[in-house]
Amino acid sequence: MNATTQPIVSMKKLNKHFGSLHVLKDIDLAITPGEVVVVIGASGSGKSTLIRCINGLEEFQQGILGVDGKTLQPYGRSGRALQQIRTEVGMVFQQFNLFPHLSVRDNVTLAPIKVRGANRQQARQTADRLLERVGIEDQADKYPAQLSGGQQQRVALARALAMEPRLMLFDEPTSALDPEMIGEVLDAMRELAKEGMTMVIVTHEMHFAREVADRVIYIHQGEITEQGPPEQLFDAPQHERTQAFLSRVLKH
Amino acid sequence: MDVSFNFDWAAAIDSIPHLLPGIPWTLLISFGGLAIGFVIGIFFGLLRISPLRPLRWLAIAYIEIFRGTPILVQVLFIFYGLPQLLGGPINALTAGIAAIAVNSGAYISEIVRGGVQSIERGQREAALSLGLSRSQAFRCVIWPQALRRMIPPLGNQAIISIKDTSLFSVIGVGELVRQGQIYIATTFTAMEVYFMVALLYLAITWTLSILLSVLERKGLAGE
Repeated sequence: MNATTQPIVSMKKLNKHFGSLHVLKDIDLAITPGEVVVVIGASGSGKSTLIRCINGLEEFQQGILGVDGKTLQPYGRSGRALQQIRTEVGMVFQQFNLFPHLSVRDNVTLAPIKVRGANRQQARQTADRLLERVGIEDQADKYPAQLSGGQQQRVALARALAMEPRLMLFDEPTSALDPEMIGEVLDAMRELAKEGMTMVIVTHEMHFAREVADRVIYIHQGEITEQGPPEQLFDAPQHERTQAFLSRVLKH
Repeated sequence: MDVSFNFDWAAAIDSIPHLLPGIPWTLLISFGGLAIGFVIGIFFGLLRISPLRPLRWLAIAYIEIFRGTPILVQVLFIFYGLPQLLGGPINALTAGIAAIAVNSGAYISEIVRGGVQSIERGQREAALSLGLSRSQAFRCVIWPQALRRMIPPLGNQAIISIKDTSLFSVIGVGELVRQGQIYIATTFTAMEVYFMVALLYLAITWTLSILLSVLERKGLAGE
């Protein structure tokens, strides 16, 4: 990786509290364009909160957070910068969060039309191309509830990609899926990683993490305990907490 | 005096042409009031969930006052009380529409609040994560879904308000009950006439129920 490239995400001493709970502790993290970062850790470790800070769905209280050349302010006081960041940062959620009142195609065209001011015709073409890319072009006129979970999540991916994001966040994208549908979503993400998309992925799919990640970050109780290339982190974890966590999740 | 307990069907049927002129008034007051009440309800319903505390208080005050006092007192206050303040009379139709509006507005505020709050947090997050502004997220994502969920309770409120207009006979507006009273004053066939009045209300509310269930099914088709 080119050391001189400006990081697309840069966190310095980021701290977040939920009331008396200290969820993120002095997080230092820089993500380079093109990098695929996988965040792992036990539930409640703060890994989802960490990536939700990047697009301002969670506020933080102290520290510096720069995303795509803009700065996010503590306590959610970022105003216009936040919306600008969100137009450049896509997100895929655990529960898909498709808009149930809109057709699959309209789910994908909504933001390009409303936010980018794209014309309807162009937005439709882009949507159909993206839906084809994730393998659901024949479902474009259906409503989300008529699709399987795996299909819905692929629509959610197409919806985010329609904004041509510079960074994609994935918050446990396969955790709500039936086992037989996990593969199709991971395939679509693998494709995206191959094309050079910058991605931050929170997941429990360790084999997938090992395969696509440039870097794996292990979070424990709101702190980055250990990070490194997947071979290093999975095969020779340095920290005993990482070892304990991996032995628990890799056992089955 | 001959006291008969037999229901006189002929008298009941004869009363119909005398009652029918009340229906347009009943409908006008109900739906005129409900239309304004819907606007009031959206306004105070959204204030009720505003992040600004004074706005929430304002909405709570409105809702508590108009939900916590009888609609009969409200219409009497508007028709007899307000003219003292305004220095001129208010016609009975206006007073009736206003009473339905402020009263249903209080209930509809709560319906709007419930509808909006019932939409999963993830919907707003997804909309914001795509770069939509807060108001776009509300208009394009939250509100259309909330509106669909509001259809059943709104229908319920419409039926309640339609029946509430029967109280407005006290201010002399020529709605269904008032027409019945006028007719009874000459025929003394109270049982038959009020029976027909009740049937006519039922015809209105039942029709509305059917329309609503159709609308509900259509509205839910997308989900």
